[in-house]
Amino acid sequence: MNKLTFGDKVMATIIYTALALLAFVSFYPFWNSLVISFNSGQDTMLGGLTFWPRDFTLANYELVFKDKRLVNAFFISVMRTGVGTVLSVMATAILAYGLSKKELIGRKYFMIFLIITMFFSGGLIPSFLLIRSLGLMDSFWVMIIPTLISVWNMIIFRTFFSQLPAGLEESAKMDGCGYWATFFRIVLPLSGPVIATLALFTAVFHWNDWFLPSIYITSENLIPIQTLLQKVLNANTVSQSMGQLDAGAAAHMSRLTTVTGKSLSMAIMMVATIPIILVYPFVQKYFVKGVLIGSLKE
Amino acid sequence: MESPTIKTNKKKSLLRRYFKQWDLQLMVIPGLLFVFVFNYIPMYGVLMAFQDYNIFKGMAGSEWVGLKHFKLFFSDARFFEIMRNTVVISGLKILIGFPAPIILALMLNEVRKMMFKRVVQTITYLPHFLSWVIVAGFATSILATESGSLNILLEQLRLIDEPINFLSIGEYFWAIIISTNLWKSIGFASIVYIAAIAGVDPQLYEAASLDGASKFKQMYLITIPSIMPIIVIFFILEVGNLLSAGFEDLLLLGSNPILRPVSDVIDTYVYRVGISNSLYSYATAVGLFKAVISVILLTVANQIARRSGNSLW
Repeated sequence: MNKLTFGDKVMATIIYTALALLAFVSFYPFWNSLVISFNSGQDTMLGGLTFWPRDFTLANYELVFKDKRLVNAFFISVMRTGVGTVLSVMATAILAYGLSKKELIGRKYFMIFLIITMFFSGGLIPSFLLIRSLGLMDSFWVMIIPTLISVWNMIIFRTFFSQLPAGLEESAKMDGCGYWATFFRIVLPLSGPVIATLALFTAVFHWNDWFLPSIYITSENLIPIQTLLQKVLNANTVSQSMGQLDAGAAAHMSRLTTVTGKSLSMAIMMVATIPIILVYPFVQKYFVKGVLIGSLKE
Repeated sequence: MESPTIKTNKKKSLLRRYFKQWDLQLMVIPGLLFVFVFNYIPMYGVLMAFQDYNIFKGMAGSEWVGLKHFKLFFSDARFFEIMRNTVVISGLKILIGFPAPIILALMLNEVRKMMFKRVVQTITYLPHFLSWVIVAGFATSILATESGSLNILLEQLRLIDEPINFLSIGEYFWAIIISTNLWKSIGFASIVYIAAIAGVDPQLYEAASLDGASKFKQMYLITIPSIMPIIVIFFILEVGNLLSAGFEDLLLLGSNPILRPVSDVIDTYVYRVGISNSLYSYATAVGLFKAVISVILLTVANQIARRSGNSLW
């Protein structure tokens, strides 16, 4: 429709090239690590590995799935993500629904009370001491309970709920539904996209968080995979040793001489990344909308 | 005698109304309690910055020492270094990391091939969903001395003769931190701007192109002014976070003790002296110092923005 000038064409060329380059740079680190994870460790040490595996092997993954600590850490992460996401999204949605009702007594004060926490916090040390005095140290629930309510997500939920047509809920009320029944039977089924978005964000948080367990959890069997990975990577960079793995795996590893610390780390990294990559395409179309609802609250 | 009766009546009716909506109240009370425990109690805990906190005596039994811990921090030999790192890293993140997603959004807006656009968006959003542990792992692998892709590339381009050990040389550290942050956040941060651009009235572009404005002129004269309010709001929030230079990224990529003179910022310092060395009061004082400055910065930035007509409050 519009005539393109010479300048427009030059601009278009620059833009397409820049974007293609950016896409490549965004994807390459992931691809390169995937390649290393499928390459025999000794061959990787020779260097020069860029786009394709040179000496293809599944030994790295074999070792990952044979290591009891790693498998256990993976399941802890799955449990934490599942339980944490369901409870957090539910708790936050219920709070948001209550706060979306204009007749709620004290609504304004409750909102101020919650919003203050977005700007002020006690910081790391007082929170740490609180968790300790509550006796939550070194328990599975320390990864779930303190972050149960997200004020940011609550605001997004509340904005969404208050935009629902009032008629729907009124008819439910006529039929004798209370707030709770209306919420579960009418409102939640209508909130698919916003729930999907916020569940994705919450799940990503739970899956990725390594820091809270690193300070609150000491039991080996409660450590999630990201925290374990961090320990393995740290040990690798500092000492280049593989002393992190337990004795059984180490013996196993000496038999499989193809595996090195680096190739093994890459395999663990892939195992810790792939669940996210699998979920993400399904929710991508929702979260763009979700981010928008959140940012338009002003 | 009349007014007290009315008052009690009013009180009664408020109370009655309250109990009538007890099921609604029950939806918010547990959530508020949670927030009280996990957000407000730590705020009260900040007072330990003015004490010599003793873990056995608790806050009630510990001795008050006034500003002792603040003075200790200001006279610490590393105070200057930590403040410099915090402000420089944070400043560079704003200088480069703030405009980058806006530029990306503007470029994506010019793409007419929908398939291409979708692929670029999907790929650039992805890093946002990876943990810092993974991102640091990627960075370490790409930057590795012997087999890292960056060294391979630079050698093949004949820009260097010998592989460089990027992650143990202080001079490269800030560049690495900025790049990894950019890599992780640019795509996702652009979503908001893309959405804002999509809301611009298409008639403006039609009119401009009838007047013979080039694509670049349209971008400069229509798109950018249209999304200015959202740019300003996000900028204020960035400035308010000037003393939050980052935490996980610096902790993970700066773990090599050689890098500490360039990688230690307020937050990592609080973590190290607080959790690792158990200097609870001192670390809390440092954290409180940061919080106070941040609030001041946020307020000042908002005041300046208000003059231009866009502000957060």
